[in-house]
Amino acid sequence: MAIEMLYFAWVREATGMGGETVAPPETVRTVADLIDWLAARGEGHARAFGEPARLRAAIDQEFVPLDHDLAGAREIAIFPPVTGG
Amino acid sequence: MIRVAVTAEPFDPVAAATALEREGAGGIATFTGLVRADDGVTTLELEHYPGMTERVLHELAQEAQRRWALSAVTVFHRVGTMAIGERIVFVGTAAAHRSPAIEAMTFLIDRLKTDAPFWKREQREAGGRWVEARRTDDEAAKRWR
Repeated sequence: MAIEMLYFAWVREATGMGGETVAPPETVRTVADLIDWLAARGEGHARAFGEPARLRAAIDQEFVPLDHDLAGAREIAIFPPVTGG
Repeated sequence: MIRVAVTAEPFDPVAAATALEREGAGGIATFTGLVRADDGVTTLELEHYPGMTERVLHELAQEAQRRWALSAVTVFHRVGTMAIGERIVFVGTAAAHRSPAIEAMTFLIDRLKTDAPFWKREQREAGGRWVEARRTDDEAAKRWR
């Protein structure tokens, strides 16, 4: 299943990309699983995804906790805690 | 009436407040956030999640209208690079009386800081640094849950 990933702030800088299309194996069931799987994709990804506690996520533009299931997700964004306003 | 905009261009808070006055309300509350000259900061960069940002701001405005008797809500937020003293955010509410206008304005700015996907990067002579989220902002937003 192909998922459109989006990265923001230092996650974007560390990975060197604003996003990518990924097809994780079926064993990747939650956002936390996906973050672990992404961390193994290269040096920049290891820096971006090595500390899940520093990360937040949105599935199809809704914030979700990291233990949220991936089922049916089309677009997943990974980013640091927000700092607007 | 809800007006929400996320723009790279500066916005005019006076025009925004004047537009709120035309909503037939008895009271207008506004908040304008500016770029602070924190220890050596030269510019501030604002990144956001296009699409989700506008949707979240619109949902917060709708929630404010459900919770308080408001005739209008305006939320403007800048993105891109800003100099010291430039305006980042404007929140304005119009209501028959002061209380709902002021409370809803405070609700909107508190929740915007924790719920809307924006990220700040401070630029200094020595380089750039992503701003860390603050626990006090989380606590301010929790008051409204």
